[in-house]
Amino acid sequence: MHISEGVLSPGVLIVGASLTAAGVAVGLRKLDHEEIPSMGILSAAFFVASLVHVPIGPSSVHLILNGLLGLMLGWKAFPAILVGLALQGLLFQFGGITTLGVNTLNMALPAVICYYLFGWGLRIGTRHLVFTVTAFACGLCAVLVSGVLVGFSLYFTGEAFLPAAKVVVAAHLPVMVIEGVLTAACVLFLRRVKSELLEGQYVPKSSS
Amino acid sequence: MIVELAGGDSLIHRLDPRVKILEVFLFSVVVAVSTRFVVLVSALALGVCVTWLGRVPIKELLRRLVPVNMLIIFLWFFLPFTVEGEPLFSVGPLVGTHEGVSYAARISIKSNAIMVVLIVLVASTSILTLGRAMHELRVPKKIVHLFFFTYRYIHVIHREYVRLVNAMKVRGFRPGNNMHTYRTLAYLVGMLLVRSCDRAQRVHNAMLCRGFRGNLYSLSEFSLKATDMISFILMLAVILALGVLEWTKIA
Repeated sequence: MHISEGVLSPGVLIVGASLTAAGVAVGLRKLDHEEIPSMGILSAAFFVASLVHVPIGPSSVHLILNGLLGLMLGWKAFPAILVGLALQGLLFQFGGITTLGVNTLNMALPAVICYYLFGWGLRIGTRHLVFTVTAFACGLCAVLVSGVLVGFSLYFTGEAFLPAAKVVVAAHLPVMVIEGVLTAACVLFLRRVKSELLEGQYVPKSSS
Repeated sequence: MIVELAGGDSLIHRLDPRVKILEVFLFSVVVAVSTRFVVLVSALALGVCVTWLGRVPIKELLRRLVPVNMLIIFLWFFLPFTVEGEPLFSVGPLVGTHEGVSYAARISIKSNAIMVVLIVLVASTSILTLGRAMHELRVPKKIVHLFFFTYRYIHVIHREYVRLVNAMKVRGFRPGNNMHTYRTLAYLVGMLLVRSCDRAQRVHNAMLCRGFRGNLYSLSEFSLKATDMISFILMLAVILALGVLEWTKIA
């Protein structure tokens, strides 16, 4: 969920922007010049995937997929999400310049956390069940942490936001389960079809 | 679905994109930290003037303000009741306060003022130009390149996505609340990733063949004109005035 411009307090905006800057710096250090075209194509795929609407009850939600993104990209999720959100801001006006830092942090930090928490599970989880459960937990946790971070961003802006923040977190709960299910199914699919994608091998290794 | 707004011609369209980005950035920051009514209303008024100068179609502008205002409307259900102060009205057991309504109103004005100016920027500059301007403004090269490639391939992959969705529809897929839907959509996402990975491989090889070494070159160059300097000075003056209004509490 994007936080609109003008809602958050300067303090929250500054903390968000500086943490994002740090995360992006780490991500960029791990990103080789040669990888950039492939990373861009993959970021574009995630951008398009976030347009997929999944029916839930009488309405539908759009996918976030930051858990899957984290699994595949690790720290590089920070620059990928930063660019994705910047483009969403420019193309659809979901968020703007001053909230870019906070919004990126709220989505990319859970991605990196999931990378550390669940990445190993996918690498050693040769058993089908372990693998599925890890992938499900990864999708679920990423959205949960995102929701909590959005809630805290609102709460730290002012006490008055507390009820609204609680509703935001509650609204993430059903989405979280859907994301878990979809991430699990998607990861199983990828393992069968193109397992190198899950091992961080989305970039063609060139001989040069 | 994914269409750029940029097109047309006006004074704003002809400004140097670097100047525009700086102006929008400074304006957004100053407005985002302001809290006084006068300041926010003048900022919104300035935004409307710029919209008029930039000849942005009003219908398009309003349509693009919708996503921004979703969260704002959501907050209107809470803030009037949760900010403490003098009671203004009551709905059942809930008491809306004067301070709460004023706070929510200020957030709404602030949010729209910032977004209007951003929309004018997007409406008057193509995204590729913005990318180049960011490069000139010393945004790290890797980010700019990632920005270019992501933007370049969003359209390609979106077309791929539409093709997959059409194929699903042709085979009678109807989304519903069931495991089948979730699994199918997950495979759709997975297939998108697999295809873009294959595409990345081909693009990578093609670029290596053409001698790609991590540099992008541009044939045209930006140049600062007198109008750019004047607009920048004007904008600085306005921002300064807003800042003075905010911190000295006059008017």
